[in-house]
Amino acid sequence: MYRYDEFDRGFVAERAAEFRDQVRRRLSGELSEDQFRPLRLMNGLYLQLHAYMLRVAVPYGVLSPRQLRKLAHIARKYDRGYGHFTTRQNIQYNWIQLKDAPDILADLAQVDMHAIQTSGNCIRNVTSDHFAGAAPDEIVDPRAYGEILRQWSSLHPEFSFLPRKFKIAIIGGPHDRAAMRAHDIGIEVKREKGVIGFAVYAGGGLGRTPMPARKLRDFLPEEDLIAYCEAILRVYNLEGRRDNKYKARIKILVHETGEAEFRQLVEDEFAAIDKSLYRIDPAHAARIVAQFAPPPFAVLPARSAIFESARARDAALAAFAARNVAPHRQPGYGILTISLKPVGAPPGDATAGQIEAIADLTETYSFGEARVSHEQNIVLPHVRLDDIPEIFATLQAHDLATPNAGLVTDIIACPGLDYCALANARSIPVAQNIARRFADLDRQRAIGDLKIKISGCINACGHHHVGHIGILGVDRKGEEFYQITLGGSGDENFAIGEIVGRGFAAGEITDAVETIVEAYLRLRESADETFLSAYRRLGATPFKEALYATEPA
Amino acid sequence: MAKPARPFKPVIATANDLASGAVLFRTAGGAWARAPREAEVAENDQEAAALLAAGERDVAGNKVVDLALIPVEREDGGWRPAELRERIRAAGPTIDLPGQA
Ligand code: HEM
Ligand code: SF4
Repeated sequence: MYRYDEFDRGFVAERAAEFRDQVRRRLSGELSEDQFRPLRLMNGLYLQLHAYMLRVAVPYGVLSPRQLRKLAHIARKYDRGYGHFTTRQNIQYNWIQLKDAPDILADLAQVDMHAIQTSGNCIRNVTSDHFAGAAPDEIVDPRAYGEILRQWSSLHPEFSFLPRKFKIAIIGGPHDRAAMRAHDIGIEVKREKGVIGFAVYAGGGLGRTPMPARKLRDFLPEEDLIAYCEAILRVYNLEGRRDNKYKARIKILVHETGEAEFRQLVEDEFAAIDKSLYRIDPAHAARIVAQFAPPPFAVLPARSAIFESARARDAALAAFAARNVAPHRQPGYGILTISLKPVGAPPGDATAGQIEAIADLTETYSFGEARVSHEQNIVLPHVRLDDIPEIFATLQAHDLATPNAGLVTDIIACPGLDYCALANARSIPVAQNIARRFADLDRQRAIGDLKIKISGCINACGHHHVGHIGILGVDRKGEEFYQITLGGSGDENFAIGEIVGRGFAAGEITDAVETIVEAYLRLRESADETFLSAYRRLGATPFKEALYATEPA
Repeated sequence: MAKPARPFKPVIATANDLASGAVLFRTAGGAWARAPREAEVAENDQEAAALLAAGERDVAGNKVVDLALIPVEREDGGWRPAELRERIRAAGPTIDLPGQA
């Protein structure tokens, strides 16, 4: 895992001290709100519906036990005892007081964390595959490159005032677990004939005008990663629209310019760049790569007798293992997903006690490493199969053992109108009602893989466009109303969902989802045909018929 | 020809406490209360303008931020925010908070 060097550490501490002074001047009235607002946003502090909200960066979603314990401490001391893990692999606190913010940033700095570049028109926190370094299908661990991108994009003077926010995601294999193509820049690290290179995509985004990122390069040489990203950002910084906030993202520029012409602009810029300035010093790169070296795995048999006999005895463990333990590339190990979606609870929320329990598990069983997934769960990337029964028992004791990873109740939902100042409608209660409707585990398992994603407004923080079933909250004459999209996908078969028809009132939306699911169960060729495959085979028509058949003409 | 004035919707002034971020409503006495029921209701344009001006003085005085006038409607002899958003803002999330269910 990457460790801060002295430069990072000094900077973060300095920045926290600077913010302490700014808050003091604001509270004493020396600074007006207009002067202070940009300073507070630069430090991840928003004013939301009920209070200030602090967004803390978690680079590529990786957390250590020390960091987790500090996050728990902050939740308990300064918030209401919980935090919200987000689709951006970050954590947000909902009940922060301005006067406490300097102390919180100082606490975060002690564990090399901060809230810098979690807001504003800069390059935001780089996100990645939560199974990085563990998945059997991975070609190259993307995190070292994520870290190189983090260092390059942190406080980049030229890119601190972009036309709009800018998000980069990086994956290291053909299977996309990071919704890479929904990002302003998406990168897939590849290896061909022993040589490392990158497929580089640009112009993806969700929000008001969802677009899949277009591929600019299929195999960019390793040494040119930063120079090429620099070229994309320069073109965007110069050509991106600043006249209209809703047209300011790079996706609009790529769309309006056209893919071929945009690629040409980038290539021209790239050709003009002095690449030697952007080559990463090989010694520095090697240090970073070494920091992401695999942990000291034990040599184990692929099959664990302890695990197998425990799951044969314990149906609950068997159910958990079937969904929440994924194969690991190291024999005898597994990747364990801790679901933050107990039926009826707000998706992605965890209490201080739960976060501490996760910290302990991380330390004892996962080489001191945990991940936040963009699906708002926590992943223990490297656990011994032998240890899973013990881990499971601890998870059960903390209400963290919900065996629903990837099932219909593993719902992504943004904070929506319960917390968010921009929302049109609530998201969390919609998620809770759907989860309660499908609470029966046998039913969930019969339905199989199904991703429901909910956003409380068109900003799409809940990724609804790429949900197999997407739900978007809108305001219809002062009432909460929900639009359904079908067939979206955030993985390597990327697709933006299609609006199915007229929307549904809050009291109707759970039934509508159930109608869609029941139609799928009737129409699928076999239990092996997932919802998404069935939708792609059948198209929207049979689902529309099921949803709207009973309506008067 | 001037359009006929639409019937005035009564409003109250809301803002967030600068230091804590708490949601507050301005009372007739010039204090800021947690409950919208305690707020001063402006029932015509002049009263609304006066309420807004008073609120702006508190913004300038660095007591509160994010000042807004919001419509209210009658409820059991009192007033409540007319919009769902403002009702949630006043009362808090509509869900059980984690650890408190
Ligand atoms: C509660 C405070 C939040 C505010 C004010 C906020 C604001 C926004 C805005 C304005 C956009 C649209 C940007 C654009 O299209 O140009 C956006 C997009 C997005 N936000 Fe949030 N958001 C909030 C919370 C969250 C949370 C909790 C998450 C994660 C669960 C999140 C993740 C995202 C993602 C993934 C996108 C869409 C992807 C894209 O940028 O195209 N945001 N947000
Ligand atoms: S999608 Fe809209 S409602 Fe949901 S968090 Fe984002 S801005 Fe808020």
